Amino acid sequence: MIWSWNYTFEALPIIAKASIVTIEATLLSFVIALVLGLVLAILRMSGPTVGWVTSAFVEFIRSTPALIQIFFLFFVLPKAGIVLDAFTAGIIALSVHYACYCSEVYRAGLEAVPRGQWEACTALNLSSWNTFKNIILPQAIPPIVPALGNYLVALFKETPLLSAIAVLEMVQAAKSLGTENFRYTEPMTIVGVIFLVISLVSAAGIRWLEQRLNRRSVR
Amino acid sequence: MGIISLSAMLVAALIGIAIVAGIGENAVFIPGLLQGAWLTVQIAVVGCILAVVMATIAALLRLYGPAPLRWLAVTYVEFFRGTSALVQLFWLFYVLPDFGISMEPFTVAVLGLGLNVGAYGAEVVRGAIQGIQRGQWEATTALNMTRWQALRRIILPQAFVAMIPPWGNLFIELLKSTALVSLITMTDLTFRAKTLNDYSFKTIPIFTLALLMYLVLSLIVTIGMRRLEKVSMRGMVRGQGRT
Repeated sequence: MIWSWNYTFEALPIIAKASIVTIEATLLSFVIALVLGLVLAILRMSGPTVGWVTSAFVEFIRSTPALIQIFFLFFVLPKAGIVLDAFTAGIIALSVHYACYCSEVYRAGLEAVPRGQWEACTALNLSSWNTFKNIILPQAIPPIVPALGNYLVALFKETPLLSAIAVLEMVQAAKSLGTENFRYTEPMTIVGVIFLVISLVSAAGIRWLEQRLNRRSVR
Repeated sequence: MGIISLSAMLVAALIGIAIVAGIGENAVFIPGLLQGAWLTVQIAVVGCILAVVMATIAALLRLYGPAPLRWLAVTYVEFFRGTSALVQLFWLFYVLPDFGISMEPFTVAVLGLGLNVGAYGAEVVRGAIQGIQRGQWEATTALNMTRWQALRRIILPQAFVAMIPPWGNLFIELLKSTALVSLITMTDLTFRAKTLNDYSFKTIPIFTLALLMYLVLSLIVTIGMRRLEKVSMRGMVRGQGRT
């Protein structure tokens, strides 16, 4: 017996249900990461001390494994009196981790906006907040959309880490199916195929988006 | 961050470890964590070697191989980049025994991580080779070099310099991915931290120490790669050898 279709059809609905948790975790973490990443990028540009502290924080988060950050939050927060369920703790850890990656992308985008834009806004007497919000940001975002998209796919592929704190996402579902039936081949392969298909489709989508944005931004 | 800031962080991390270890009886956790860290380093080093080898082979096959081997290389890269590293590890660990292939956890760890990072590295190597100016190839033809000679003596040494920064990032990724092996029963740094936590409940000092140890390892890699970049740039005229 190399492959059992009966078992496959038994496992498929369970994994499909768990895939909803995976997708929820991906999208929620990514939205938080996008906002927090921008905040970190702005903090890095504001003043030498704040900038250095933020850089050190970003470097620290980027240099240590997401898995141990997840453990840290999951086990440490209850000590501080904050009891979170595994899903929430996992989402917070993943979104902070990816916010640090995104902040680097934002920084690249913001630094690519020519200085003259800032100077022109000073000449027009716009406040620095208005300048940032209405002039700089709209120019900085479109070129970095593909890079952010790549991080969305990377984040999607990191959600299996949540299985380590028993969040019932796809890998955890496959693992418990395997433990119950003493056979991991079918559930693990199904999960692998789902990851592969979604990643390849989104990679193609990002390429398409990149080409569209490139076409538009030719001046 | 600059090399000086990174070195400052490295010193700060080491001082941090010393301070946390100095509080109360936290020092008892150090030997266990260091043993775990040593296993982490071993997996990371062997994994990196495998990743570089796989990446070079896959990139060269994809660029210059005959059609079937080219497809094989593309399949390898897309497959390992498209699925999650943890799924790959679990698959090697739980599924292969069903096909009669049982491997030591260490082998599974190194294979899983090395193949995964190697797939990302293949794109780095390919990009660096393709970034070499056409004129370099034409010059080797004019000098009557064979393709292999040209690649080995002219193209790869120049591509090597361009590869260093992205490889630095990939090595960090691999080092961080080693934490995953704690989920396939290996007693690495993450596993040690978790088991120490399970019976002592001194969560904050244990995980802080483990995080700082990972930080130290990552910073050593980052600083080392920056230095390597500087050394290998020596004698190169800026802009030469790259398009």
